[in-house]
Amino acid sequence: MLCDNCKKNPATVYVRRTVNGVTTEAHLCEQCAHEQGEWNLVMGPSLAFPDFSLGNLFASLLDQLPGQTAFVAGGRAQRCPGCGLTYADFREQGRLGCARCYTVFRQPLDPLIRRLQGGVRHVGKVPRRHGGTARLRHDLEHLRQELNEAVAKEEFERAAKLRDEIKLLEERLRGGQ
Amino acid sequence: MLDQERVFTQADSAWLGQGPDSDVVVSTRIRLARNLTDLPFPLLAGSEELGQVLARVRQASEHLPEAKRYGIMELDRLSSLERQVLIEKHLVSLEHVQEPKQRALVLRDDEAVSIMINEEDHIRLQVLLPGLNLDQAWHLADRLDDSLEQHLDYAFDDDLGFLTACPTNLGSGLRASVMLHLPALVLLKQASQVFGTLAQFGLVVRGLYGEGTQALGNFFQISNQLTLNHSEEELINNLKALTGQVIEQERAARSRLYEELGNRLLDMVWRAYGILTHARLLTGDEAMRLLSDVRLGVNLNLLPQINLPELNRLLVITRSGFIQRVVGDTLSPAERDLKRAALVRDELSKNNNSN
Ligand SMILES: [Zn+2]
Ligand SMILES: [Zn+2]
Repeated sequence: MLCDNCKKNPATVYVRRTVNGVTTEAHLCEQCAHEQGEWNLVMGPSLAFPDFSLGNLFASLLDQLPGQTAFVAGGRAQRCPGCGLTYADFREQGRLGCARCYTVFRQPLDPLIRRLQGGVRHVGKVPRRHGGTARLRHDLEHLRQELNEAVAKEEFERAAKLRDEIKLLEERLRGGQ
Repeated sequence: MLDQERVFTQADSAWLGQGPDSDVVVSTRIRLARNLTDLPFPLLAGSEELGQVLARVRQASEHLPEAKRYGIMELDRLSSLERQVLIEKHLVSLEHVQEPKQRALVLRDDEAVSIMINEEDHIRLQVLLPGLNLDQAWHLADRLDDSLEQHLDYAFDDDLGFLTACPTNLGSGLRASVMLHLPALVLLKQASQVFGTLAQFGLVVRGLYGEGTQALGNFFQISNQLTLNHSEEELINNLKALTGQVIEQERAARSRLYEELGNRLLDMVWRAYGILTHARLLTGDEAMRLLSDVRLGVNLNLLPQINLPELNRLLVITRSGFIQRVVGDTLSPAERDLKRAALVRDELSKNNNSN
C-alpha cells in the first residue's frame, strides 16, 4: 500500500485521529507522517527534543534579545570556519553546526543561552581528558560535598584532610591552574 | 550477544519488566548527548564525515564494559518496519531514523542500553530501565560515558560544558525522564494541576503520544528542562523528588476513585478486560485505552493478577510496526486490527494459564 499523501513511498504508519467528533484515517509513509506531525500520535514519544518548530521558537526569542541583528544582517554574515554556518542559519534552524560555532558566535549566543538555561556555568561532569578549570571546579564541588558529609558524621580527621585538599585546589584555581 | 531478529519480533526489553514503584512508573530513562570535537554535527556533516563519526564511535563501543553483549545495526540496512519497531520500543528517536544513511545503533542484548550514532548529536547514549530507577540508570550511563570517552575526544567548554547541536542540551547533556501511568489523576481531573506545579520546578510533561492526545492511555513523560548550571545529581534528585510526590498523589487518587465510584469503577475495568480478551478487531488507540483501564484495575486488585510486565509487553505488541514485522508484511488497517486483537488475546490467555 502506498502513502495516502505522497502516493510514492510505502505506507508504514496508520493514523487515526478524532478532532471535534470527526474521525479521519490515513496511511502514511515515515516522511509524510513526520511532516504532518503525526508520528508522535502513532509511534510514541520522540526521544529527541520533541519540538519540530524549535527554529521558529529561537527566531522569536532572539528577536527580543540585544545585539542579534548585527550578526544576522548580510553585511556581517560571518561564517564558522569549522562548518560554514552563519548566525542567520542558526536563527532559522535552531541548531549549531559544530563545536567551533560556540566560539565564533559566542557573543550573540551568550544572552540566548542565559535565557534558555538561566546561566552559563557548567558544574556537571567533565571529561577526564579535558584539563582546564572545569575539571578543578568539578572536583572542588565533590570535595565540598564530601566535607559536608564528613562533618555531619563527625569524622574530623577525614574532614581536616578534605579541607587541606580543598585549599590546595582553590589556590590552583586562583593561580590560573 | 545481541540477537537482532529477537529485537524485532520479541517484546522483552528490560524496561518492560518489574521495577521500583512499577504501579505508577513504567520506566526510567537517562540520555546523554555528546559530540566529537573536530567534526561537524550530523545536521551539517557530509557523508564522509558522518562515516568517520560512525567508525570512531563504533570502535570506541568495542571497548565498553561487557562489550560482548553489544551489537551494532546500521539503520540503512534495516527495513522501514524494523526502524519503526526500534522507535516503538523507545530504542531510537524519531530524529535518528529520518535519514538512515550513515546512522547506526549500538544496542545491548537486554535493550537497556542504546547508543544512537549520528542522531542530532554525534552520540546519544541512553539507558532505559523498568520502574523508578534514576540512580541506577545514571550510574550505568555515567560509567558507559566514561568508557567511551577514553577513546573519543568530546567537544567540551569550561563554561558551557558538553557542546551540543541544540543549546537546550548544553552543559550536562542530560535528559532524565520517567514514564508515568496516571489514570486516576486524569479521571479525577487533577492531572493538569499537578503538571502545572511540575512546570514551576523546571520539569517538562509530555503526553506519551504527543500534543493533543495526552489522555490516550494516560501515559505521561516527565523530564528535566534545564541541562546547564546544575550537576547531573542535582537534576536527577530534583526529578526524583517530584516524581515521588506525583506517585503519592496518583496512589491517593486511586483509592479515592474506588471509594467514589465503587461498582462503576469495577465495571469499567472488567469491561476493558472483557474487550481485550474477546475482541476480534482492535485499533491501536482502543488497545491503549483499554490497557490503561486494565492496568488501573490490576493495581487496585480489582482484576485477576495479571502481572505488570505482561501489560507492559502489550504496550509494544499492540503497535503497528511490531505487528507488521511479526507478520512479515505491511498490512491494511483492517488486517492489522484483526492481528492486533489476536495477539492481545494470545498474550492475556497465556498469562491466565500460567497463574
Ligand atoms: Zn508519503
Ligand atoms: Zn561551526
